[in-house]
Amino acid sequence: MSTLTPGFQGRPRPQGVALPPGQYVEAGFPVLSAGPTPRVDTNTWRLDVVTESGDTRSWTWPDLMALPQDEPTVDIHCVTRWSKFGTTWRGVSLDTLLADVESTADFAMIGSYGGYTTNVPVAELLGGKAWVVHTFDGAPLHPVHGGPARLLVPGLYFWKSAKWVNRITLLPMDEQGFWERLGYHDLGDPWREQRYQGD
Amino acid sequence: MTEATVPGTGTDAGPRLGARYAMPSGWRVATLVDARAESRTARTLVLDVPDWPGHLAGQHLDLRLTAPDGYTAERSYSIASAASGTAPSVRVEITVQRVPGGEVSGYLTDAFAVGDAIEVRGPVGGWFVWSPVHDAGRPVLLAAGGSGVVPLVSMLRTRRDAGDRTPFRLVYSVRRPEDRLYVDELARRAEDGLEANVAFTRAAPLDARRAPGRLTLAELGAWGWPADIEPACFVCGPTGFVEAVSRTLVALGHDPACVKTERFGPAVD
Ligand SMILES: Cc1cc2nc3c(=O)[nH]c(=O)nc-3n(C[C@H](O)[C@H](O)[C@H](O)COP(=O)(O)OP(=O)(O)OC[C@H]3O[C@@H](n4cnc5c(N)ncnc54)[C@H](O)[C@@H]3O)c2cc1C
Repeated sequence: MSTLTPGFQGRPRPQGVALPPGQYVEAGFPVLSAGPTPRVDTNTWRLDVVTESGDTRSWTWPDLMALPQDEPTVDIHCVTRWSKFGTTWRGVSLDTLLADVESTADFAMIGSYGGYTTNVPVAELLGGKAWVVHTFDGAPLHPVHGGPARLLVPGLYFWKSAKWVNRITLLPMDEQGFWERLGYHDLGDPWREQRYQGD
Repeated sequence: MTEATVPGTGTDAGPRLGARYAMPSGWRVATLVDARAESRTARTLVLDVPDWPGHLAGQHLDLRLTAPDGYTAERSYSIASAASGTAPSVRVEITVQRVPGGEVSGYLTDAFAVGDAIEVRGPVGGWFVWSPVHDAGRPVLLAAGGSGVVPLVSMLRTRRDAGDRTPFRLVYSVRRPEDRLYVDELARRAEDGLEANVAFTRAAPLDARRAPGRLTLAELGAWGWPADIEPACFVCGPTGFVEAVSRTLVALGHDPACVKTERFGPAVD
């Protein structure tokens, strides 16, 4: 094969940091969404968890705030190739939210205000791996970044961390969400570079 | 990574059925066969891509650059050329805007030479697309900030190639006159019925009818379509531009579901 991109040097490589393949370090906080940013009022905000048998549990904004709060500091990786280290959040662990939910489902469909959906295996949501967060870097989460509340699943590419989350539907079988139907990966593990279906 | 299995054979007239939802195939080695300056700081690259699966207007591709020590950098670039079908060898055009201090864009605008090879993957994205087959007839508003005009130009070229008469309006925001891309071509598209308006945010030419500044709600209202006729809106550019314009369109009464957006980067203009 001929030499690719002759003369390309790139930036000095980050040393001693864990960067998944194909990613670069970003200091800012870019935005990726498919349409206009929905504005959601916390007075009407609700989070529903629906099980495979159709049972629904709901939380209002005061309900969410009354639950034990976590303060995760995590690295995030976007499929558009930026990674951001040491982001700080505040919110409720899904271990807390789902603790009393009766379900044997292995998959979940996350739904958002604005109609966006994404599928995530339940195993990626439990065990200290996922939160519903409302605070970023000490301030209320801005609507552009998914406020008032978004899902945070730092172990997967960031489109799985659905913005404006309002529904978690538990499913016995995997189904595809919005980006997944458009060709993005069902799991989206950045360390295995699962960007697109078939990776 | 797996190679996509491409159903059907050879060349066909349009993008292959299912291209909208197909998985992007693996990396292919493309060659730069031509390049031209699109503005003082932007360059159009013409890539010869073997076994290109075809693309729809609005999709992008991924480029992978490799340094001598094996380090790689990947970036996305919108496809500027009109939608194409499957072909053994297709010329795909992209336009790269040089970003100050950028790792990849500066290499592509200044160093990458005709004859050089680069890895390409795609097409990618099935949401921010316009097709004369599926979408003809419904008026379209294109809103571009800076290099966000690239996928929108692909839509205009696709419309021209298809001989389609769907009414298109373009609102194009750039900092200064010299930052405009595709100046001559956009003027020619007026002959096919494109209505285009340019807003200069930092410095306007002497004959401009407005002072430099950001697009206003009144301008978007006047230069776009009334919300009642439910036009398809495509908004593309830096995040700040896309946020401001898509919000304004919703304020003007457009259904958020009719406003598709593509955000290029963190920069806010
Ligand atoms: C779907 C998609 C389509 C795209 N299409 C195009 C296209 O058609 N033409 C094009 O020129 N670019 C396009 N981009 C942007 C492109 O992928 C790169 O981000 C851009 O070329 C900068 O890369 P870089 O390596 O030079 O800069 P980096 O080294 O990644 O960044 C250098 C600095 O510039 C800032 N920066 C990054 N991107 C931008 C930007 N777009 N504008 C201003 N500042 C920026 C960064 O925050 C950083 O501070 C697209 C991006 C996406 C996600």
